[in-house]
Amino acid sequence: MDKKFANLVSSVVPLPIENIDTDQIIPARFLKATTRDGFGENLFRDWRFGENNQPKADFVLNNDTYKGKVLVAGKNFGCGSSREHAAWALGDYGFKVVVSSFFADIFKNNALNNFILPVQVSEDFLQKIFRAVEKVPSAAIEVNLEEQFIEIKATGEKENFDINPYKKTCLLNGYDDIDYLLSLRGEIEAYETTRPFNF
Amino acid sequence: MGKTLFDKIWDSHIVASRSGHPDAVYINTHFIHEVTSPQAFDGLRKRGVPVFRPAKTRATADHNVPTLDQHLPIKEALSRKQVEMLTANTAEFGVELYGLGHPYQGIVHVIGPELGITLPGMTIVCGDSHTSTHGAFGAVAFGIGTSEVEQVLATQCILQYKPKRMRITVNGQLKKGVVSKDIILYIISQITAAGGTGYFVEYAGEAIRSLSMEARMTICNMSIEMGARGGLIAPDDITFDYIKGREFAPKGEDWEKSLAYWKTLQTDADAVFDAELTFDAADIEPQITYGTNPGMGMGVTGNIPSLADIEEKEQLSFSKSLQYMDLQPGSQLLGKKVDYVFIGSCTNSRIEDLRMVAEFVKGKKKSDDVTVWIVPGSKQVEAQAIAEGIDKIFEAAGFQLRQPGCSACLAMNEDKIPAGKYCIATSNRNFEGRQGPNARTFLASPLTAAAAAITGKVADVRAMI
Repeated sequence: MDKKFANLVSSVVPLPIENIDTDQIIPARFLKATTRDGFGENLFRDWRFGENNQPKADFVLNNDTYKGKVLVAGKNFGCGSSREHAAWALGDYGFKVVVSSFFADIFKNNALNNFILPVQVSEDFLQKIFRAVEKVPSAAIEVNLEEQFIEIKATGEKENFDINPYKKTCLLNGYDDIDYLLSLRGEIEAYETTRPFNF
Repeated sequence: MGKTLFDKIWDSHIVASRSGHPDAVYINTHFIHEVTSPQAFDGLRKRGVPVFRPAKTRATADHNVPTLDQHLPIKEALSRKQVEMLTANTAEFGVELYGLGHPYQGIVHVIGPELGITLPGMTIVCGDSHTSTHGAFGAVAFGIGTSEVEQVLATQCILQYKPKRMRITVNGQLKKGVVSKDIILYIISQITAAGGTGYFVEYAGEAIRSLSMEARMTICNMSIEMGARGGLIAPDDITFDYIKGREFAPKGEDWEKSLAYWKTLQTDADAVFDAELTFDAADIEPQITYGTNPGMGMGVTGNIPSLADIEEKEQLSFSKSLQYMDLQPGSQLLGKKVDYVFIGSCTNSRIEDLRMVAEFVKGKKKSDDVTVWIVPGSKQVEAQAIAEGIDKIFEAAGFQLRQPGCSACLAMNEDKIPAGKYCIATSNRNFEGRQGPNARTFLASPLTAAAAAITGKVADVRAMI
């Protein structure tokens, strides 16, 4: 995992399906590994491969026309199971950014904790990206975290996105939450003395 | 202005709230299991830090375990390795484990409550989205990812943004044949699988208040299926009666002091929620899902929406879903043949679920064409079922009572529904492939599942009781 997010200009992989759950991103039967590596092989396993592990020609990851570090998906991406393996699989496959009009909460945290940037855009802008890619499959997108914008290069259409300032700093500098929490040890111990019961 | 129950619990657990940072929230109880913990322990080793408060984490093996012959070594090598690694990690870091063969072993969201570990006012997390189950006790409980499991192991805290608050009130009384699973499936069908995203939900109203603790757990369990971070129900005498005397519950003077505090855990009358929804219990029929997310549900006698009922930009996803299920838009599910019945999972595998099914099937036999798996939520549920003779009723009906685990809810072990087959399941997700590659799932209550086991078809249980 790259600990640091760099701004990028990339072509995109369009997946205009809504409610993509983490069971589709990485099915449960592939969660048996005990390290964080290698999950990209089984990313979207059952959409990507048929019986006997034959690639399904109609799935976008099997279509050489669409490549890039940015996955663009329909609303409510990453719903369902809390499995962080979904973020590991996307990262291991090579995605740095996921764009959608809506993200499930747990997935969003998991992505950020793995230095994958979830970019939430308006439904209108999402459709603009899909249209741009439909027109020119290699259409490039710029994702700029410092200035918090996403731009369709060919048309110059641009939208700003939100990110919590703390998470932005973490992504740009490669910090993680545990470093910060470990620094709070004194406060944690002080808090514990104020609670007579474990609730 | 008054505070909501959620705010009271959350605010009293903030250890540090620095400007520009998410809240550092203290966690009272952390549950772990074999699938989402190994990488977290690995992280601790790499950082050279111990588990900060080992007594506040409890482990069990549930996701991966076989549900037959649990006394034998696990056959599947990768599953065995994961379970063995949990044993090794918990031993190395001093965490209590209720592993295979232990009398407390079971699905993590079943054992926490039944052992009296889950208590009102707690903050509870687990690397599993159905951690919301514990909210039934008036706790703030939610699922987390593995990086966050590592945070909690290392510091007993988690960094979180405070969610918004939603209250869902269900007024009135449930009709005959309608149970708590139907309430939550109904709510999700009304507000969609994303309708609660960004919120923490409090369930209220007469229909919720009248439910038993186990029935409340079913409701809170599925909060995540509408996207909510979690769901909770204010504790009351039903809650306190359930907890009293359980293994790890406070005793004696501690009990009295705890009870006095727990009684304060209510939303103030003048508290304001960011969103309020109200439903009427009388409108709820036995529910069933027809699609591939839990929001795609309807009354069991209803018709699947036709394409014209669906917004244009959602038609592609809708059609893809029905294609996977091999169902026609506009058609009925009533009378549809089913191949498997799965009664189990953290949603519906508790003793009351098994009793409800046993009472209904007593003296009946399953349809010849159906395979029925009953998977109890824990060793204690299994023992109780046997003590009550429920196992004999199941045996006579042709049902197989298996051993505790997550089983066919997510099909990580051998309990997979074959490709193309239909399974009516009391679990919580009907996603593509959830119960096995190309398996097709109808989510329903234990009663509706039992009715399908007897008739071999999707049936209206109201006509059978």
